[in-house]
Amino acid sequence: MSAIAPADRWRGVASEEVDEFSASVAGLLRKRSRRLLASLARPYRWQLLLAGVLILIRSAAYLSIPYLVGLGIDSGIRPGGSGNLAALVEVVIALIGVLIVNAAANFAFMRLSGRIGQDALLDLRRLLFAHVQELSLSFFERYTSGRIISRLTSDIEALNELLATGLTSAITAVVSVVAITAILIHLDTRLGVVTLVAMPLVLALTAWFRHNSARSYRAVRRAIVLVIVHYVESLGGIRAVHAFRREPRNQEIFEDVNGRYRDANIWSNRLASTFGPGIILLGRLTTTSVLLFGGYLVVQGQLTLGVLTAFVLYLRQFFEPMQDLSQFYNTFQAAGAALEKLAGVMEESPTVPDPAAPVRLGDIKGSVAFEGVTFAYRDKPVLHDIELAIPAGQILALVGETGAGKTTMARLIARFYDPTAGRLTLDGVDLRSISISELRRAVVVVTQESFLFSGTVGENLLFGRPEATREEMIAAASAIGAHDFIAALPNGYDTDVRRRGVRLSSGQRQLVAFARAFLADPRVLILDEATSSLDLPSERQVQHALRTLLRDRTAIIIAHRLSTVDIADRVLVLDAGRVVEDGAPADLHQAGGRYGSLHRAWLESLA
Amino acid sequence: MPQKKRKESSDLGLLALRRYLPYLRPYIGLVAIFGVAQLGSLAASAAIPKVIQQIIDGPITHHQIGQMLPMAGLLVAIGLLEFVFIYLRRNFSGVASLRMETDLRNDFYGHLQNLHVAFHDNWQSGQLLSRAISDIATVRRFVSFGLIWFLQTIVTFAVVFVLMWTLDWRLALAVVVCMLPIAYISKVFTDKYKVIARRQQDQQGDLTTIIEEMATGVRIIKAFGRMQLVQKRYETQAELLRATNLEGVTARAQVWSLLTFLPNMSLVVVLLLGGLNVIQGTLTIGGLVAFMSYVFMLAWPMDAIGWVLSMSEECRTASERLNEVLDSRPEIADRAGARSMERCSGRIEFRDVGFKYPGSDEWILRGLNLSIDPGETVGLVGRTGSGKTTLACLLPRLYDVAEGQVLLDGVDVRDLHLRSLRSHIGVAFEEPILFSASVHENLVMGRPVVDDAELKRAIDVARAGFVWELPWGLETRVGEQGYTLSGGQRQRLALARAVLGRPQVLVLDDPLSSVDVHTEAVIEESLATVLEGVTALLVVHRPSTLALADRVALIDGGAVVATGTHTDLMKTNELYRALLSQEYETSTQVPA
Repeated sequence: MSAIAPADRWRGVASEEVDEFSASVAGLLRKRSRRLLASLARPYRWQLLLAGVLILIRSAAYLSIPYLVGLGIDSGIRPGGSGNLAALVEVVIALIGVLIVNAAANFAFMRLSGRIGQDALLDLRRLLFAHVQELSLSFFERYTSGRIISRLTSDIEALNELLATGLTSAITAVVSVVAITAILIHLDTRLGVVTLVAMPLVLALTAWFRHNSARSYRAVRRAIVLVIVHYVESLGGIRAVHAFRREPRNQEIFEDVNGRYRDANIWSNRLASTFGPGIILLGRLTTTSVLLFGGYLVVQGQLTLGVLTAFVLYLRQFFEPMQDLSQFYNTFQAAGAALEKLAGVMEESPTVPDPAAPVRLGDIKGSVAFEGVTFAYRDKPVLHDIELAIPAGQILALVGETGAGKTTMARLIARFYDPTAGRLTLDGVDLRSISISELRRAVVVVTQESFLFSGTVGENLLFGRPEATREEMIAAASAIGAHDFIAALPNGYDTDVRRRGVRLSSGQRQLVAFARAFLADPRVLILDEATSSLDLPSERQVQHALRTLLRDRTAIIIAHRLSTVDIADRVLVLDAGRVVEDGAPADLHQAGGRYGSLHRAWLESLA
Repeated sequence: MPQKKRKESSDLGLLALRRYLPYLRPYIGLVAIFGVAQLGSLAASAAIPKVIQQIIDGPITHHQIGQMLPMAGLLVAIGLLEFVFIYLRRNFSGVASLRMETDLRNDFYGHLQNLHVAFHDNWQSGQLLSRAISDIATVRRFVSFGLIWFLQTIVTFAVVFVLMWTLDWRLALAVVVCMLPIAYISKVFTDKYKVIARRQQDQQGDLTTIIEEMATGVRIIKAFGRMQLVQKRYETQAELLRATNLEGVTARAQVWSLLTFLPNMSLVVVLLLGGLNVIQGTLTIGGLVAFMSYVFMLAWPMDAIGWVLSMSEECRTASERLNEVLDSRPEIADRAGARSMERCSGRIEFRDVGFKYPGSDEWILRGLNLSIDPGETVGLVGRTGSGKTTLACLLPRLYDVAEGQVLLDGVDVRDLHLRSLRSHIGVAFEEPILFSASVHENLVMGRPVVDDAELKRAIDVARAGFVWELPWGLETRVGEQGYTLSGGQRQRLALARAVLGRPQVLVLDDPLSSVDVHTEAVIEESLATVLEGVTALLVVHRPSTLALADRVALIDGGAVVATGTHTDLMKTNELYRALLSQEYETSTQVPA
């Protein structure tokens, strides 16, 4: 990590900047994003072919216009009354027919290519969303939600633009350029060759643009992420912002990142502003050369005026799609930078992968064992060689000071992480051999972070078990003591909890989270500080309920308040990643060791 | 979602833009350059067919090769000028509109930041995000391309029409007649597209909300293994959006096909009528070719009309969506005649306070009275959901009372400058809110520069010494929502933030719920010294923290039902005992 600029100081230093990469990997990135694009296009290859055919029809119709006009001039129109009116009318009728075909093919093509684009976009959305959800928690800790949001919204949006308008103009342009080149050469080979002389210049200009715009658009993508992350976070924490008068500072930071986003955009706009007119200029130069050379040929009597006229008109049609192509190329470069990012996410693989051949557990009893489990988080050892067997149905309390490794043990049981060494088993089967969906049904964690989704209270409860009946849902809420306050809400279970459940107090949210977990009916339930926000009567009610609810379940309870530990069959005292005491609460209490002193401290805190 | 209904209006997106055009004012110089370059590029583009015509009609027809070179030189010169003009036009329209977009987004963000907390409670953040990013970009695109093409199309039409008129007025008239259906087609299209565009953008916002919730709630989704459920919600929404997008595609395909048909049709008319004129000798072949070039010049702006129309509709809906936010006035703001308070002794009085959430009939607090002497620490006790946190939020005006008054040193808090009021109050929320920024930034937040000694003192009070051990000390970024810190560590950081700068009033909402018992005892010890001479409102669930309080207020049914010391209330108040007594039998019901 290099020294940070003063303007960046507020962000602080972090060990990994996922977004930064050296220019040398740019080639790899491009390859990766091309692969993604190809895999997206594959299902639509026949439809794309049909779109190509429609384009050919449309272009043939469109391109025959100057030809027909030329024909009309050469055969129908002679100055001074010597024209052939019949020939002119024939040409006009042919033209009208051609125009109708052109319009019809145009409509059909736009419709079809629009559909392909939208379908491909939907595929990409599905694919990406599913993939991101599959990724492990360690990914989310590294990648941050703001960045994920940015990938799934603004990067996909950049691609939408490419698919919505870009594809149409690109295919049209390529077909037009190829067809017109053929027509030009057919009309007059000599003039055609003059036209082709401009091509190397066009290619050189394009190469320059590609190189620079790729860099500029990467800068745009990098900048928008900062804007989105700051926006989402600071508005999400608006209470703290107001309470601590951070509005001006936030505004400063926002204007800084937003300004960087603007500058990156101005840069890429400047490049596009050079590239587009550059192509036009090359077209003008070519026209001039053609006029000079063609004029010479006409004077020499080797070319008719009509052919030269048609040629000049065709040249116009040659460079107009070239300009479209340059527009498309611009959109493509913008989308390309987004695609690189998306491809990057797609290449992430879950660090907690689903087993290829999962072991079927059938009826899960719920015994959990740690066999020589060691775990290091970002190279920092958290747990050392833990040996532990939790028989099915046991209620185990984990106690210890902050940072002792309690939460890590809980997360290992839920397989949010895999151990660095050793193994964990459920009913004797290695967790890594159990399909993740089966494991999640069996093991549920309730944390103090009682996140609620937008929607009604009922919907949030049913998140635990979507197929549960309303009676089961109410029973779960009643058992935990949440029914009374839910019923008192304006619409009872159908009350909208608003954004992140702000409608409820934090204790109420925790009760809902609790009920949600019970509705899920897991064999193994992990409660990680799950009662921290409850008042004592609610906590007592929860504890009371736990006695019945935890019967015939395995439970692991982490709590700072030892009142929750009272219902445990067994207590494990952790210190710095090692088990230092293990036994029934009463025994440990008597022994007067670590647990004894913790218990004393807790009792004193009650006084 | 509030304010979903909207007024029907038949104006173009142009009018919806009125509000945003002032944002272009600072860049009027750039716009002027753009305007000149625009005219220049149009003139150059129009001159080129004219020169070509003269080369064909002059040197080539008359076999005067010698005269061709200077004219070709002229063509190249005009071509170069055209290049410069187009570059300037594009570059400066881009710069002006991007600057405008940035300013608009800055203001939008600033406005949102100043909106009251209750506003944010009611809006899905995904909807706010899609407004700030994609809707503002839509407005910018219309300003930079749409508006420009709108003007360019009009100018092109006018110029080309004049040129055609000078060449042959009858042909020009014929072209105009061919173009007349544009008006009708445009009207039908915009009426249809308006509806589609609005739905598209709302659905986009809803999709963003799902994404946002997935990204922030991923632990819960994973804990329950509900990936498929969330995926299904997302896909349903994405499919809706796809269907709407497809409707848009179809509408655009229709209008574009029709609109490109018209100039081509007029080309045919020109060929027929112009051909007759040439035969009759009233028009030269070069003239006819030039005329046709002009008609070709119309093809492209016509093509653009369909595009510009759809863009203008998108812009209109985008600005409507922006207006929904921009028209929301901050309900908590400085009143006229608000004053600042230099010093504050910390006397607090809640006088007949009533509170309900906006749009709700349910009183959270009603007829609540409580006064707190300077230097006194009062604990707020009540059942889960009794309104303790809400009451605490009234003091720094995160919410405003619906009736009654909150007084600080005898002054209604609404009569004080917000910044002044909040500068006297330190708040620690139960759910510590940390931002993806350095520890230092998270502690200082918006306050004036704090010296290192004070920073150290605050960190010590909150027992947050772990921050020194972080890899880069105070410069370490605490990951998003403090992911890299434990719950207890985050709470201690939030507590350090609250006591930093020695505010005269502290509002601590169950600030130690996630801290282990040992640390809690140590923090309480140091907090006790901090609380001396400071007025504090302490929301508590546990007896342990109550040791810090001089007095306790019991809240029930939205009002203070009893005050007194912990010991007194334990003796005299049944509800209080039920709430705080460890020994209280679980079988006993809490008295209603």
